[in-house]
Amino acid sequence: MFDFIYKGIIRDKKRSLLPIIVVTIGVFVVVFSDGIIGGMINNMISMTANFQTGHVKVMTHEYATQENEKPIDLSILNAGELINQLKNEYPEVDWTPRIMFGGLLDIPDQKGETKAQGPVSGIAVDFLTPGSNELKRLGIKKAIIDGNPINIPGQILVSVDFAEKYNVKPGDKVTFFGSTMYGSMTFSNYTIAGIVRFGNSMLDRGAIIIDISDARLLLDMDNAAAEIVGYLPEEKYNNEKAEEIKTSFNAKWANNSDEYAPVMTQLMDQEMMSATLGYAKRMSLIMIVLLIIALAIVLWNAGILGGIRRYNEFGIRLAMGEEKKHIFNSLMLESLIIGIIGSILGTTLGFMACLILSRHGIDYSAVMRNVSLMMDPVIRTTITPRMLYTGTIPGIISILVGTALAGQAIYKRNTAMLFKELD
Amino acid sequence: MKKQIIKSIFWSLSLMASLPIIAQDGNKILQDIDKNLSADSRIIESTMIIHGKRNDRTITSKSYTMGTDKSLTEYMSPPRERGTKMLKLGNEMWVYSPSTDRIIMISGHMLRQSVMGSDLSYEDMMDDRKLTEIYNANVEGTETYYGKDCKVLILNSKVKDAAYQKQKMWVDTKYLIPLKIELYAKSGQLLKMITMSDIKLTEGRWFPMKMTYKDMLAEGKGTEWVINSITFNKLIPDYIFSKASLKK
Repeated sequence: MFDFIYKGIIRDKKRSLLPIIVVTIGVFVVVFSDGIIGGMINNMISMTANFQTGHVKVMTHEYATQENEKPIDLSILNAGELINQLKNEYPEVDWTPRIMFGGLLDIPDQKGETKAQGPVSGIAVDFLTPGSNELKRLGIKKAIIDGNPINIPGQILVSVDFAEKYNVKPGDKVTFFGSTMYGSMTFSNYTIAGIVRFGNSMLDRGAIIIDISDARLLLDMDNAAAEIVGYLPEEKYNNEKAEEIKTSFNAKWANNSDEYAPVMTQLMDQEMMSATLGYAKRMSLIMIVLLIIALAIVLWNAGILGGIRRYNEFGIRLAMGEEKKHIFNSLMLESLIIGIIGSILGTTLGFMACLILSRHGIDYSAVMRNVSLMMDPVIRTTITPRMLYTGTIPGIISILVGTALAGQAIYKRNTAMLFKELD
Repeated sequence: MKKQIIKSIFWSLSLMASLPIIAQDGNKILQDIDKNLSADSRIIESTMIIHGKRNDRTITSKSYTMGTDKSLTEYMSPPRERGTKMLKLGNEMWVYSPSTDRIIMISGHMLRQSVMGSDLSYEDMMDDRKLTEIYNANVEGTETYYGKDCKVLILNSKVKDAAYQKQKMWVDTKYLIPLKIELYAKSGQLLKMITMSDIKLTEGRWFPMKMTYKDMLAEGKGTEWVINSITFNKLIPDYIFSKASLKK
């Protein structure tokens, strides 16, 4: 029976071509969308982890309660010792100190007096310690549009919007003016090493980046760090592993009631991150369900058209004594084969499109200019084994549902009237 | 009953009629406070002890003030702060930092920021106008504050640019010096509390040599501002209040 149906599909193109095209397109859309959504989620996780949260992050209890305000006065004081302890206990994690701070960047005129000044938010990371992965992690080389990365103390990277607004360029001297960890006024001169564009409005608007050794001098934070961030091996986030490290670390400090005792959080503890991921997953599910419904309606219609075209064939088969149930089942088997062929074609096309975009990416920077989400403007698709079934299952289900709905007409044929119809 | 109503109306009318007298009394007290606290010029050497959340810091400074428009403060210690100078001319303010050898202008929006992490803002330090120029005062009543008889004044701002819209002041009736001041925002929120103590007779006027500021919105434990020496109405050369003097 399988051979009979298979030959029918191959030889009678009018019977199979439209359903195969419909299933192929539907499956392609599902597979490709899955790759894009997966890519966007990975992009967001990676950017957020690299710039804000790490895969895991250690702060003081007090700092954690006001984390959004980045209160440097509540920083970890003996950061060096704590980092060594973390390295001993969790050697697979790459631990590094960070300081986020705010202030004014003042641009002098020829007399050394204020020509212009603007508010900036600073990020201090460890660029200059040998073996540090921060330069690569933050994608500094890629983000520099003019000048160079920080190579020596006393250099600063300035975001593109700030540089354009205040007309500064690499080599210019600027003065940072802000408050130390203890609230005193602090000033420091820097030379602009490079202008950076991350393609993200949050970073491009008014961010400055300096080496952590400079920030410690500037902010009176010797051996201190606002945050100690940790990255799992190969920079790949693993929710279970991050949760395990967090639980183990916090258990060790659970009995310490000091408000400045360290506490660890992990990437998914960020309220916005887990909410966004939940939203993306729900959107993905809704999209698949809607696609099944839409495909089923299209294929139901195609099945009705096929049924009209094959009206005589079914009549003859019924007249020859074939049972209605048998004809219905053969139609379902035929649809299953068409569904499998369409799904294989759709998955292959979707997979190939995702493969191309995973290498080249789509540049959304023009659209992302005013988006404050932590996302790389070049979105790349992800390739996962899940792609093998995310499109195939809805593709097959939709054609089976469509055929089942159209096939109901077989049961409505009146066998007593068959010969009259065939005359 | 009728008698009681007439009596109530009489007392109400008497109270209403006496209100301008009370206001006048409040403004008179404010004038007396100004006589003690304000001067044409002042040179102050002071120590500021900032009780932060995690530690205490002591900063010493010397400041020169001429009228309400000119002021220069030079920080003497600790070493990190030494040589930092702040100059106010009218509504403009500059800071000089010896470590960068730069004169930096302080923008208007910075004036409400904390000075050196203390409970004082730049505005608190620099606004040297007389109270009578900024506020109308009413006497709310009398109270005893730490064993001293005080009149409680309510000060309402009469100018648009007042740092605090309303103040409540406990004024020592003997020395005509406020012992406690509560500073309120327009919304009625208590922003800061100042207590004054160690009142001494200096150059013929009573002056509080110690003031404790508490920013009610900050988590620290307050800032003590102790005046080590104060000179009133001494002629201060004009070059002191120039940008050129900042680098000297």
